Amino acid sequence: MSEIYFTKEHEWVKVKGNSAVCGISAHAAHELGDITFVELPEIGKKFKQEEVMAAIESVKAASDIYAPISGKVVKVNMELEDAPERVNESPEDAAWMVELEIDDSGELTRLMTQEMYDNYLQTL
Amino acid sequence: METSHYCPHTPEEIQEMLAATGVGSIEELFDSIPEELRCKRFNLPPGMSEFETYNRLKQLCSENCQDLSLFIGGGYYDHIIPAAVDHLSNRAEFYTAYTPYQPECSQGTLQALFEYQTAICRLTGLDVSNASLYDGATALAEAALMAIRTTNRSRIVVDGCVSPIARQVLATYLSHHDAELVELAPLDGLLNRAELIHQLDDQAAALLVQYPNVFGCIDDFTGLADQVHAKGALLVTAVYPVALGILKSPGELGADIAVGDGQSLGNPLSFGGPSFGFMAARKSHIRNIPGRIVGETVDKNGKRGFVLTLQAREQHIKRHKATSNICSNQSLCALRGLIFLSAVGKQGLADLARLNYDKAEYTKSSLARIPGVTVLQTAPTFNEFTISLPKPAVQVVEALLARGVVAGLPLGSFYDGSENLLVVTVTEKRTRKDIELLVKELEVVLCN
Amino acid sequence: MQLIYEKSVSGRRGVMLPASDVPSAASLPQNLLRADTANLPEISELDLVRHFTNLSRRNFSVDTNFYPLGSCTMKYNAKVLENAAALFAPFHPLTALLPGGDSLCQGSLGMLYDLGQMLADITGMDEVTTQPLAGAHGEMTGMLLVAAYHKAKGNRKKYVVVPDSSHGTNPASAAMAGYEIITIPTAPYGDMDLELFRQAMNGEVAAVMMTCPNTLGLFNPYIKDIADIAHSHDALMYYDGANLNAIMGKVRPGDVGFDVVHLNLHKTFGTPHGGGGPGSGPVGVKKSLIPFLPMPRIIHDEVDGKLKLQTDNEQSIGRTANFFGNFGVMVKAYTYMIMLGREGLIQASEQAVLNANYIKEKLKAYYDLPYDKTCMHEVVFSASNQLAKGVHAIDIAKFLIDKGYHPPTVYFPLIVKEAIMIEPTETESKQTMDAFIEVMIEAARLAENSPDSFAAMPVTMPVTRLDETRAARSQTVCYLG
Repeated sequence: MSEIYFTKEHEWVKVKGNSAVCGISAHAAHELGDITFVELPEIGKKFKQEEVMAAIESVKAASDIYAPISGKVVKVNMELEDAPERVNESPEDAAWMVELEIDDSGELTRLMTQEMYDNYLQTL
Repeated sequence: METSHYCPHTPEEIQEMLAATGVGSIEELFDSIPEELRCKRFNLPPGMSEFETYNRLKQLCSENCQDLSLFIGGGYYDHIIPAAVDHLSNRAEFYTAYTPYQPECSQGTLQALFEYQTAICRLTGLDVSNASLYDGATALAEAALMAIRTTNRSRIVVDGCVSPIARQVLATYLSHHDAELVELAPLDGLLNRAELIHQLDDQAAALLVQYPNVFGCIDDFTGLADQVHAKGALLVTAVYPVALGILKSPGELGADIAVGDGQSLGNPLSFGGPSFGFMAARKSHIRNIPGRIVGETVDKNGKRGFVLTLQAREQHIKRHKATSNICSNQSLCALRGLIFLSAVGKQGLADLARLNYDKAEYTKSSLARIPGVTVLQTAPTFNEFTISLPKPAVQVVEALLARGVVAGLPLGSFYDGSENLLVVTVTEKRTRKDIELLVKELEVVLCN
Repeated sequence: MQLIYEKSVSGRRGVMLPASDVPSAASLPQNLLRADTANLPEISELDLVRHFTNLSRRNFSVDTNFYPLGSCTMKYNAKVLENAAALFAPFHPLTALLPGGDSLCQGSLGMLYDLGQMLADITGMDEVTTQPLAGAHGEMTGMLLVAAYHKAKGNRKKYVVVPDSSHGTNPASAAMAGYEIITIPTAPYGDMDLELFRQAMNGEVAAVMMTCPNTLGLFNPYIKDIADIAHSHDALMYYDGANLNAIMGKVRPGDVGFDVVHLNLHKTFGTPHGGGGPGSGPVGVKKSLIPFLPMPRIIHDEVDGKLKLQTDNEQSIGRTANFFGNFGVMVKAYTYMIMLGREGLIQASEQAVLNANYIKEKLKAYYDLPYDKTCMHEVVFSASNQLAKGVHAIDIAKFLIDKGYHPPTVYFPLIVKEAIMIEPTETESKQTMDAFIEVMIEAARLAENSPDSFAAMPVTMPVTRLDETRAARSQTVCYLG
């Protein structure tokens, strides 16, 4: 069973052991509208927490995606390059974007749980 | 206040509007500007009628020498412009519209730009084109920045045979980027291949070349793309679009990006502007192209229509992270380019190119017969070629200018040791008589 | 409507070319020639004329429709401007750079020089370069001048400050000159927050880029304070001239402390917008920046009274474009300026401001006005009242299209939700504005009573709403047939 965490910038991260799978939340996908492009990082690249890791575009907006946790890219979801609409269809599942190998799981304490994120969305 | 040009309100209407606005005078509307900040001076001359204004412009224009025989090019060419180009681009619905932000009421501009992009793709043999850039020189600079973004490298290698003016603009654009600009000195009017091998390393983002180049030479770039790609760099070719009526296209040469100045396609010389820059590229580079792009789509009823697309690359969305700061294109000039290419047509452009070539070859052989004049023979040329004179080219050009002939572009200020070199341009507009006059006047000047 | 390529007939010829009067030369070597002739249209001249005439009829334009597109100053384009520009069509720019060539181009150089002098007078600057080809190109040129100034002084600068209401080109142009961006929020009074600005300023700031009046159409009463604070850090003040049409003869950027300005001749000085260009973006500077101006520079020779070209200057930022800028556009702006003259330009600004305020007062009962004070040449409403019924600014825009009006700018500035930015300009009559006001009120009523009816609009155009997502995903930018 993996645990899910969220950032204020609306990324989600599912943690299982040393692996962190990341994407953007359903709320973010809805706000951006129809996604037309996802730019993914190269495998092997390292990111610090909150560093820009990927980018996403809709017709009228462009948005950076920040690493929810520090780590090294081990996998990216190549399917999104040809089918960006998957982000709208299944933002928190099939449209995962990047899998990171976690540097320091202590950083998870800086993220929000599902309940905290739901409350946070109420404040926006 | 008296009504003047183009402000239609009568004094009564102004009073009504002030009353509706709740202020006593127009001046009150400017109350937010503090008194101490008001104009320290504003000394323009008084206005005049349309008739007087136009006469003033005619007077000013008459201070230009009117009847010069032009054998100069250097990136700007004196070509025919079919009458339809002026008449159609002067349709007010085209020229008094703006950027097609609202696509439903801008399908005229949008479809025309889509057709323009198609023409540029077909001419260059590449997959995608933007809706135009400012001019050929800035298009070359934008191509260099695009190559830097695409490859994540910072070294730009440019053939010294590329237009010196375009290279100056390139240097200005790159001056504040983390980029290194390497220029390869020309070798007999051609790309220095031996030096290229040294400079084209695995840090190079792109090689920039031009054909025909500033000497007029059509350097044979067959195989160059493979050499550039082997180092992981991009090949950028600057081209003269009229020459593409017959010359091998950038696509056939394996180039990744093609740029050029569209002035020669239906835009007047107009002392250097406006014209347009074009840019085409392989499809894989589309997201890194700067400027506006028009795309095809459908409306709610499935009917074909056109919109500005991939706007998330652009400054109004991405701000400082945009592919370029460019906002507008040169829409009307690009439209003129499209109308020109459509009016001249498929076979017409090939014939036009051939006509330019024939006239230049005729001029070349005529000039070669003048004692003391030699022609640079290292490569075939299109409608420009370089001659060597027995004395400094600037002296010869100055003497010919006094006789009403603009004999060409002297290269002395651009290349060391080229003081006697002159680039002569001959377009289809120069008649045999004009050419004979050039030959005769040059003979006279060289004898003196 | 078919594409011109779909109307092509193989083998059909268009315009006839001049016959050759020279012998045919030996062909170029095969390896230099293209395999196939470029597949350009093959169409008769009549069909060509019909094609483009019919395409043109699918556009709204200033000459056919009221076009109150905010921030773009869509004023009437006087027809004599076109005639004036045509006079200068045959002159080659390089002639002026040949030895003795400048004396053959005194008319062209004279126009450029006089235009520069007039623009300097209007903006309160000391010298103007006409080389930049558009507003954004002027911004880049201006920022390169800023960078050259700091470099010459040995200043180490890293940042450019912009308000969050700025045009997107401002930060993008500063980035072209290698600067990082600091963005300052807008205060509730509708201008850049002065306190936050003060706190953000430091010795590493190279310049502050401002539009004044700003994109909300408001004149910043603290502009002098902002300039003083910037100058105390040796940061330069950059003026984005997009909104100059509001203030001609009232206030000059140079007098309030701006060091660099760019102008948009296609906005303020009545030259046509061409469906998205060509524009023209001259840049004016104060004395301290003159040494860095782009080459070639036109100078007046006091000895013989002639205009000459300076081409060499070690400190210059270099060339930013091919030649002297978009010359043909400048002839039009020059014609406009000498025709209107001092009083005409002042009147243009006054009536542009009057018209915007008139529309503001007439519509503020129907549309939310986030910054309710006297505006300058444009007014920014929000469709937030209508949004409560599910009607967006874009829906109102489409309603206006069906009524024969080009919509105002929508969704800009970014800081106003559902922004509707109206700039009537001085050239519109009261009758045109009254009719527009009526239609805007009708839209507000329809949003109230029948919000669902907007979804189908527009219905009077050749196409209905277009699928922009499909365009972005399919990336069809060239006809493949």
